[in-house]
Amino acid sequence: MLEIRDLECVRGDHRLFTGLNFSLQGGELLYLRGSNGSGKTSLLRTVCGLLEPTEGEVLWKGGNVRSQRDEFNAELTYLGHLNGVKGELTAFENLQLGGALSGLAVSEDDIYHALERIGLGGREDLPTQVLSQGQKRRVALARLLLSQASLWVLDEPFTALDVGAVDQLAKLIEAHLQKGGMVMFTTHQAVDIRAGAVREVNLDALDS
Amino acid sequence: MSDGVLTSGVQGGLFAAWRAMLVRDLTLAMRRRADVLTSLFVFIIVVSLFPLGVSPEMSVLRGIAPGVIWVAALLATMLSLGRMFADDHQDGSLEQMLLLPHPLSMLVLGKVLAHWLVSGLPLVLLSPLLGMQLGMEGEAIGLLMVTLLLGTPVLSLIGATGAALTLGVRGGGVLVSLLVLPLYIPVLIIGTGAVDAGISGMDYEGHLSLLGAFLVIALLTTPLATAAALRISVE
Repeated sequence: MLEIRDLECVRGDHRLFTGLNFSLQGGELLYLRGSNGSGKTSLLRTVCGLLEPTEGEVLWKGGNVRSQRDEFNAELTYLGHLNGVKGELTAFENLQLGGALSGLAVSEDDIYHALERIGLGGREDLPTQVLSQGQKRRVALARLLLSQASLWVLDEPFTALDVGAVDQLAKLIEAHLQKGGMVMFTTHQAVDIRAGAVREVNLDALDS
Repeated sequence: MSDGVLTSGVQGGLFAAWRAMLVRDLTLAMRRRADVLTSLFVFIIVVSLFPLGVSPEMSVLRGIAPGVIWVAALLATMLSLGRMFADDHQDGSLEQMLLLPHPLSMLVLGKVLAHWLVSGLPLVLLSPLLGMQLGMEGEAIGLLMVTLLLGTPVLSLIGATGAALTLGVRGGGVLVSLLVLPLYIPVLIIGTGAVDAGISGMDYEGHLSLLGAFLVIALLTTPLATAAALRISVE
């Protein structure tokens, strides 16, 4: 489904990685390893299309993502370092407008249910700027619950989360994989995710 | 999940997404009313300074009124450009916007419309009051409103491109003025020219057609340029 071919990424004068190849099928989890500055975030952003690869290409269902941007985006959910949550809007409004923007038919019940599940029950109608860092992260994670995308790209999704939430997110990822979804993620925390097929890409092990 | 369901859901969703973008930005503007009011007050104050600084003589003021109101409108629009994309850039909403399954230029158009409704339309609605303050006649005031109605959307559209180009740049606020003000000059000349022509009893339809043409060209070209600039800004 997702295939990375001969990918090279250069930031400034520094070549982060080159000749990177891997592919990801439905139900597979890709665990991206690497030290700080090894290019994990750059790789994830390149896969999403936020960064243009210097060399190589990202293929989705056999075609370059550049030529099918909208189709690819419809099947992609990206969670980066920034939450993408508006502080002036409530958690509910954030999810409602987010759903409408991505063209999903999300009912009010779905949103309340998602917020309840992610541990924000009773805080749906507070502006998210008064929430704590971890709670804001949970609002961003609630997007995953509503998303119908098959590919999840998660950049350090566990930061700022408490133990309970880390567990919950791990379960969420497992459930997504079981439904035949794909997950690419990176973390520095030790997290136990039970998945049928786990691939590992270690950016430190590539010679650049 | 089947592809058919997803794509059909998304194709029907462009209008819904466009409306959501508009609602979102209008809601955000309502929650940050101080920002919106600041640029409106700048518009009022700049215009009100002229009777004090130049001359309280009505005959003098009447002559410079269209120019003064138009220049103040440019300045007020410029001040409001900063918030168009900067917050979205900072909190990550812009990244999410780039990853939506819709053409970015269409979403940009929604954002520009929201910006105009909040920052441009109030200038049009306030202009008769300020025109009266500077001693303009009824017919000239009507014409001034028409030129602003056609001109302020162009200011928002061009300004969006400038704001997108200066995203994440230190001192972006000053830079955006340098980028955008020269591009505002044609609109300013034609806009004030129309009112002056109307006051001196000459034909002003040509001016209005030109302003309309500016609007059409800006509508067709600037969203694409803005979208390209936004993609560069997140790299």
